[in-house]
Amino acid sequence: MREVNVEEITKTVERLCIESNYYLPKDVKMALENAIVKEESPLGKEILSDILKNQEIARTNKVPICQDTGLAVIFLELGQDVRLVGGNLNDAIDEGVRRGYSNGYLRKSAVDDPFIKRKNTGDNTPAIIHTKIVSGERVKIILAPKGGGSENMSALAMLKPSDGITGIKKFVIDTVEKAGSNPCPPIIVGIGIGGTIEKTTLIAKQSLLRKVGEHNTNPKVAELEEELLHEINKLGIGPQGFGGRTTALAVNIETFPAHIASMPVAINIQCHVARHQEAII
Amino acid sequence: MEKIIKTPLTDESVNELKAGDRVFLSGIIYTGRDAAHKRLAELIERGEELPMDIKNQTIYYVGPCPAKPGQVIGSAGPTTSGRMDAYAPLLMEHGLKGMIGKGLRNKQVVDSIMKCNAVYFAAIGGAGALLAEAVKEAEIIAFPDLEAEAIYRLRVENFPVTVVIDSKGNDLYKLGKEKYKIV
Repeated sequence: MREVNVEEITKTVERLCIESNYYLPKDVKMALENAIVKEESPLGKEILSDILKNQEIARTNKVPICQDTGLAVIFLELGQDVRLVGGNLNDAIDEGVRRGYSNGYLRKSAVDDPFIKRKNTGDNTPAIIHTKIVSGERVKIILAPKGGGSENMSALAMLKPSDGITGIKKFVIDTVEKAGSNPCPPIIVGIGIGGTIEKTTLIAKQSLLRKVGEHNTNPKVAELEEELLHEINKLGIGPQGFGGRTTALAVNIETFPAHIASMPVAINIQCHVARHQEAII
Repeated sequence: MEKIIKTPLTDESVNELKAGDRVFLSGIIYTGRDAAHKRLAELIERGEELPMDIKNQTIYYVGPCPAKPGQVIGSAGPTTSGRMDAYAPLLMEHGLKGMIGKGLRNKQVVDSIMKCNAVYFAAIGGAGALLAEAVKEAEIIAFPDLEAEAIYRLRVENFPVTVVIDSKGNDLYKLGKEKYKIV
């Protein structure tokens, strides 16, 4: 057994909240640079260039890339040989979020009572925490702040198994087309197929943690990712919806075995500020 | 086409704006998003005075980050405009001339834009750090209890936006998509 003090988790979460909001991952930056070269719309090229300029300003001045610094979504992998000491794990994570959003001058975007008072909780807590127990004695923390604009354009469908690949494609294309300019394109489309209602949405979100350009290891799934990306970029929505070839930078699909009666499909849309940082304790 | 436009807007300046124009705005604009719009609409419905005269003014749909020491304002990019559709026609009837946000508007908003000779601009969603650099002064003038959602009076210089819906009702989101769609 290895002892880990939860204060260490608090400190790590605080750091990851700040770093994820200031520094865009390199793979996303590279995808945007490649998109400029391919983009045919002159206005679209200008927009992509401003988006790149923006992340450079954020990096240099250590300020948030986007003012919507999101809800703090945390994927925690906890080694089963770790013994946590010093307090409650979830409280320690929330304390890290509280410190990170305050000390990093990040916007507090969480409201209580979602359909009654909608009062700001004042410190961006509670975090959205997904914990998985794994082998070993390490603690891995992935922090992925998620903004409201792109999250609001996400969708879920309980498709019939007979709807097949055609049904999946139609649902994805319709969802992206309907979202249009709202989720700040170019977007990354995270898709979960299979599992139960909560599992499919969770794997859709997890697929967004992948590096842009990396594909599912199953070649059939990877093929569908490529095909959907191609189809989405034929829609013409373009950077910020002003028209162009760059509507999506990537389509990421994760799958999970499903019930004999079900084929749930979840689409989690991510804007171009595809933020996530990780650390291992 | 690139244009430099001063705020407050005028009928003449609105008339020269066409969907797809890149525009640099300089002058005073006001911030306001969900909660502030609800309060403005309630004040109008009760016949009470608004915290600012909105005639010919422009509202920017934004909830900025807190300013770091030495900053005028924290990162300040646009939020999705559609949530303000319920209130925008009422504000335009009371003189509002410009809106800055991002994303689709409904038919009532487009009709009001045409009727009131107004304009809908988009700023780049997700470019909060870049856009904050064009804000030279920021002061909360109403609803401080709403924090990030309070109404700020901003003085901007060359604030970069794109005309999405012009006063004739042309919509860049439709025109741009049609132009680049591959069937």
